[in-house]
Amino acid sequence: MIAQFFQTVDLGIKSLLVQKLRAGLAALGIFIGTSTVIWLVAMGEGVSYRAQQQILELGAKNVIVRTVKPNAGGDEDANSRVKTYGLLRADYRRIVENIPNIRRAIPMRELKFELRLDDRTADAKLVGCVEEYLELNRLQIARGRWLSPRDRGKKVIVLANETAKRLFPYENPIGRAIWVGSEFYTVIGQTKDRTASAAIGGSLDSRDYNLDAYIPLKTLRQRVGDLVMKRVGGGQGFNFVGEDVELSQITVEVNHIEEVDETAQIIETLLRKYHETQDYAVVVPRELLRQAERTRTMFNVLLVVIAGISLLVGGIGIMNIMLATVTERTREIGVRRALGATRSDIIGQFLIETVVLTASGGLAGVLFGLSVGPVFRFIKRAIMTISPDSLPPIVDSLEPRIAMWSVLLSLGISLGVGVIFGVYPARKAAYLDPIEALRHE
Amino acid sequence: MTHLADHRSDQLDQNAAGDYAFRVENIFRTYFLKGETVHALRGVSFDVRNGEYIAIMGPSGSGKSTLLNVLGCLDRPTSGRYLLDGDDVSKISDYQLSRIRGRRIGFVFQSYNLLQQLNVMENIKVPLQYQGLIGKDANQKCRELANLVGLGDRIYHRPTELSGGQQQRVAIARSLVNDPYFVLADEATGNLDSKTTEEVLDLFESLNNSGKTIVMITHEDEVAARAKRIIRLRDGKIESDVLNQDRPQ
Ligand SMILES: Nc1ncnc2c1ncn2[C@@H]1O[C@H](COP(=O)(O)OP(=O)(O)O)[C@@H](O)[C@H]1O
Ligand SMILES: [Mg+2]
Repeated sequence: MIAQFFQTVDLGIKSLLVQKLRAGLAALGIFIGTSTVIWLVAMGEGVSYRAQQQILELGAKNVIVRTVKPNAGGDEDANSRVKTYGLLRADYRRIVENIPNIRRAIPMRELKFELRLDDRTADAKLVGCVEEYLELNRLQIARGRWLSPRDRGKKVIVLANETAKRLFPYENPIGRAIWVGSEFYTVIGQTKDRTASAAIGGSLDSRDYNLDAYIPLKTLRQRVGDLVMKRVGGGQGFNFVGEDVELSQITVEVNHIEEVDETAQIIETLLRKYHETQDYAVVVPRELLRQAERTRTMFNVLLVVIAGISLLVGGIGIMNIMLATVTERTREIGVRRALGATRSDIIGQFLIETVVLTASGGLAGVLFGLSVGPVFRFIKRAIMTISPDSLPPIVDSLEPRIAMWSVLLSLGISLGVGVIFGVYPARKAAYLDPIEALRHE
Repeated sequence: MTHLADHRSDQLDQNAAGDYAFRVENIFRTYFLKGETVHALRGVSFDVRNGEYIAIMGPSGSGKSTLLNVLGCLDRPTSGRYLLDGDDVSKISDYQLSRIRGRRIGFVFQSYNLLQQLNVMENIKVPLQYQGLIGKDANQKCRELANLVGLGDRIYHRPTELSGGQQQRVAIARSLVNDPYFVLADEATGNLDSKTTEEVLDLFESLNNSGKTIVMITHEDEVAARAKRIIRLRDGKIESDVLNQDRPQ
């Protein structure tokens, strides 16, 4: 049985090799279909994997409450130069006092700030934070130490990797003093490089930690204050606008992942009572994850549909070729029938020949599909050398991830296409009249 | 699976079953074509004993091809019986006809009909594959037959690399591989020159001498002259059925 099957496969290969170019072109459709599925799915998975990783960085057990700048224009105080908005320290207290089941709530205030040392400057993001911030954001200390409770209110600063490099390209920053505004701060530590996490609270940019500078929240409040004035426009005289924000973010961590959604709702209700404008956003990373998952599923369904169409087209090509083959090989069919082949033998022969054709196209497509990683990297590198900076960052940072299901699916579909589109030509061959077939020129 | 070969008809006496390769009884074959009926065979009866070598002759349109198709189990007679080694095969299914062709009949065609994508060895093996006979024994048998027809040194050649006479000898080897009850040759020398015709006829004769039953359809007298018995058809009927006096029986 098995030996006979392999004999038929062998015959199929031999018959296809008689017309190599034709078989190759027929299989090309299937090749393109399968490799496209694997490639596109791998790209899509790469994008969504990165998105998921970034969302996971935010913490699945967290509810993130963020200050959002309310829409400008039409405001009650349009000509006011100072805008007051955002989360309040009172909000923080209310959350901590009123909401059960929370493990901890971590407040944070961040703002763009210029750090200076002699003639070197760094446009850093100055983050006023508490001790838990390090662990919450999975930051790691490269040298020196992190903020401790004893530092509260003191003029100490921890620099992120990139910030440190700009201010201290050659020296060890630990123990040195830098200018933060008009005051000296002592550098006590430096953090390691850290990959960005997902964007939250309306902004599309992902959070980059490498240009940060961390000081105690209390120090920020006492020494920098809530009100930050910014010089705008050019021309004569000074033109300042100000923003008065108490807290940029409160990260609330719950005890159990199931409590996340409910806690988020309670926080939302609580804050709505005290905020007239929508100057905050409650973000649930778990919900983001679910959304990303839904997007990914939709994308994959779309891909499978497109792949199905392309394989259908490939299958029609295959059927066309096999019908031509059957006509050309009418004499062979007659001879085989005379030599004892039953109708099912003939069906088997042509069906297997079709499947061999589509399967070889499919296998080649899978092999090419599996090479998506190296090939994609090669193309990226080639483009980079020709014109650097021409790749958008999303492509630049994209790592295709091959999905096993896409490999199995496309291989399965290519086999299925062989069977479906092979049946008709094979039956046509089997139901030829042997006498007529033998007489065929 | 049961095949007709495995159980013999009880209607036939042992004597007939043992002696006769096949027997046709009052065979009619009528074609119905666009309201027209053509009586290609009208009441043909004869029997062929094991080890016979017969030539079937007749002018064009006399019914030779029609008779060949019936004898080769490629076609069923409109009426009459065709007893093949004791079984009536005149009313059996397409599947059973296929099995009988594969097991009991060896075909040799005018235009050789070797399969171009296969080599000599593989061509000889084709009928065995449809019997599910593959493996060492099958290969050994094919090699022996290639030797028998004088092509033992060409078993890996493709048909296109062989001459017409050589191709026909491969076809003869192929017709013998399933140990058929008889070899049915249809104008087997029609495409060959006179020298290779002689060689091929010599081969048939030596096969017959070693006991093979041969039925040869031909319109050439020189070819028919090599047979032991000659049946002449005319208008779908047997005109004469005589022993060939020129050839030792
Ligand atoms: N498939 C067919 N349909 C209709 N008539 C046929 C068919 N095959 C043969 N005939 C007719 O049957 C008669 C015998 O033909 P055939 O057996 O081919 O004779 P031969 O082989 O001796 O020339 C002829 O009159 C032919 O026209
Ligand atoms: Mg004829």
